[in-house]
Amino acid sequence: MTTEPTQLQPFVESFDPARSGLPGAGLGWLKALRKTGIERFEALGLPTPKLEAWKYTRLKPLEDTRYQPVTDEDGMAALNTVPSLLPDPGGRPRLVFVNGWMRPNFWIVGDLPDGVHLESLHDVLETRPDWIRERLGTLAGEDDSSLVQLNTAMMDTGFVLRVEDGVRVETPIEVIFVGGLTAHPVAYSPRNLIVLGKGAEATVVRYHVGLGAGAYFANSVTEIDVGPGALFRNYKVQAEALEATHIDTVRARVARDATYESFSLSIGGRLSRNEVSVRLEGEGAHCALNGAYLMRGSEHCDNTTQIDHLVPHTTSREVFKGVLDDESRAVFVGRIVVHKDAQKTDGYQLCKTLLLSTGAEIDVKPELEIYADDVKCSHGATTGQMDETALFYLRSRGVPEALARNLLVQSFIGEVLEEISDEDVRRAITDQVVHWLPAACYLAEEWRAE
Amino acid sequence: MLEIKNLHVSVEGKAILKGIDLSVQPGEIHAIMGPNGSGKSTLSHVIAGRDGYEITGGRIIYQGEDLTGLAPEIRAAKGIFLAFQYPVEIPGVANTTFLKEALNAIRRYHGEDELDAMQFVKMMREKAKELGIPEDMLKRAVNVGFSGGEKKRNEILQMAILNPRLAILDETDSGLDIDAMKIVAEGVNNMRAPERSTLIITHYQRLLDYIIPDKVHVLAHGRIQRSGGKELALELEEKGYAEFGEAAA
Ligand SMILES: Nc1ncnc2c1ncn2[C@@H]1O[C@H](COP(=O)(O)OP(=O)(O)O)[C@@H](O)[C@H]1O
Ligand SMILES: [Mg+2]
Repeated sequence: MTTEPTQLQPFVESFDPARSGLPGAGLGWLKALRKTGIERFEALGLPTPKLEAWKYTRLKPLEDTRYQPVTDEDGMAALNTVPSLLPDPGGRPRLVFVNGWMRPNFWIVGDLPDGVHLESLHDVLETRPDWIRERLGTLAGEDDSSLVQLNTAMMDTGFVLRVEDGVRVETPIEVIFVGGLTAHPVAYSPRNLIVLGKGAEATVVRYHVGLGAGAYFANSVTEIDVGPGALFRNYKVQAEALEATHIDTVRARVARDATYESFSLSIGGRLSRNEVSVRLEGEGAHCALNGAYLMRGSEHCDNTTQIDHLVPHTTSREVFKGVLDDESRAVFVGRIVVHKDAQKTDGYQLCKTLLLSTGAEIDVKPELEIYADDVKCSHGATTGQMDETALFYLRSRGVPEALARNLLVQSFIGEVLEEISDEDVRRAITDQVVHWLPAACYLAEEWRAE
Repeated sequence: MLEIKNLHVSVEGKAILKGIDLSVQPGEIHAIMGPNGSGKSTLSHVIAGRDGYEITGGRIIYQGEDLTGLAPEIRAAKGIFLAFQYPVEIPGVANTTFLKEALNAIRRYHGEDELDAMQFVKMMREKAKELGIPEDMLKRAVNVGFSGGEKKRNEILQMAILNPRLAILDETDSGLDIDAMKIVAEGVNNMRAPERSTLIITHYQRLLDYIIPDKVHVLAHGRIQRSGGKELALELEEKGYAEFGEAAA
């Protein structure tokens, strides 16, 4: 494939994999891995709309913006308080990165039980290089997308969570990636690895939050290995800065009788793409892949998902809801592949979108590929406007229009928030949705008492 | 209380109301009867201020003020209440939350203090009890999973809480069994007061056995065809709307 040169190219070319301060800078195998990443990225180029998987999303900012590597100054940008998603962390473990830089003074070790290891990518590359060498790139490897290759080449931050067999972590672990507060557009590339042993249980909340308007580029890759009988809850909130580009690739593998539950909330960022694929590899494996996106202005949000049912008796459930205002755009691609031997697969998919303005647009594409004959799969998609009768109903009771509209958006989104099984996280995510809503104004001129 | 003068209303270019005249004094209960499709719901929506109706002529005067151009929420704050023929389901919004927001919005409009959650719940429980509405219906999402009768009772509960000056009941009786209808009628009768007026819109005479109207009007082909006392309702019961263009019910 021929590719046009972009602003990203000089940035990538000048990237120095031996740069001191990069995680695992001294490791030969990692240097080789990075090199392969660069080569593969250069061969593939940035995805273009010619690729089926990128038909509806154009990476304009990556073509047009001159990104620079994160400097000490960007990483150590003044930050008085951390914009935590979960209220009062208490004994809850928390990691904080600013433009990819570790900020250990904000970290909370928390009360993790024995057998749980939560560390930065830097540390693990130093303390357990052989362990991570075996795992890094197994789920997001050489044959993955060009943005994964870019991440492999440039990974400069990230965390590793390892939960040993039978160990259960009750409290959600929060990992905060703050972007912005820089003078120039910067790029950073978190690489995360999560490995749950047999019967282990854990919850991670990733909070990607932007401060200021910042035109940064966050390109994350997370590899997740959920062992037999384990339960992993993967939550993410993307509240990036107005000008930010957010690419988030998740590759998960779910073993026998294990459950992978994810919820992704997108409420901010000029351009975002959440590309998730889940492989159900053992009988009794289940995945719940849910999300919501609320966009306004000219934001663009793409959720492209794939669930592979590889063996008999696996189940999946996928619910996405979107609210689009102004000229915003969204894409939902939900691919479900039921492989030849995957009899008794049970799959359910639903995508609903509420358009708040005539300028907003959604492209929805459910793709069911079924190669087994004894399966139960259903999918549905609806796109509509706000129900005028419901709006009139609320207003006729005295509820001001702005508040009535907010209530109806909440009503619409509420259904998918119910899918979040962790109560603290559900509450925190609900709060984010409420804060996204326009402030309901009680004091508008016509609303003042006579 | 309410003066409607030569009201003409079109929807999507189609004339529905073609010169309605109606005068309701404080304390009065008027019944508006008429065949399906005669414009009864249209009239009630227009009084409550729904968008999408074009008033091509005439005026609606409420308490001496022309309502033209006022938002539905302002009309509600001024004391107009419409019990919907088809109450709307709103998933994820608790009945209690909805009604508290509504009542407090109206209180704010009048410069009154808002009720806190405890005060509100106490008041709501009392009203609900009078109407035989079970507690769990208050906590559930607005009208979601309610039976037809429960939805109608919920409308009357809202009316009791919002305490309107002008209540319009659009076919609140349809789909109710006799016991539910008695409860609804009792709710309306309990609110009968010298400063309150009520418009009861109905297809059948049944409800008017329990709520005795001061006046009865027949609406057909977009106009009030006849007006009279409560005996007009009985006459319609016997003869049907045949003379107004619909076969006997
Ligand atoms: N939103 C609308 N768009 C087009 N026609 C409408 C609309 N609402 C009502 N109508 C028409 O107006 C007429 C009166 O309807 P309606 O007021 O609901 O009558 P009623 O309540 O007496 O049964 C009917 O012919 C109906 O089809
Ligand atoms: Mg009607």
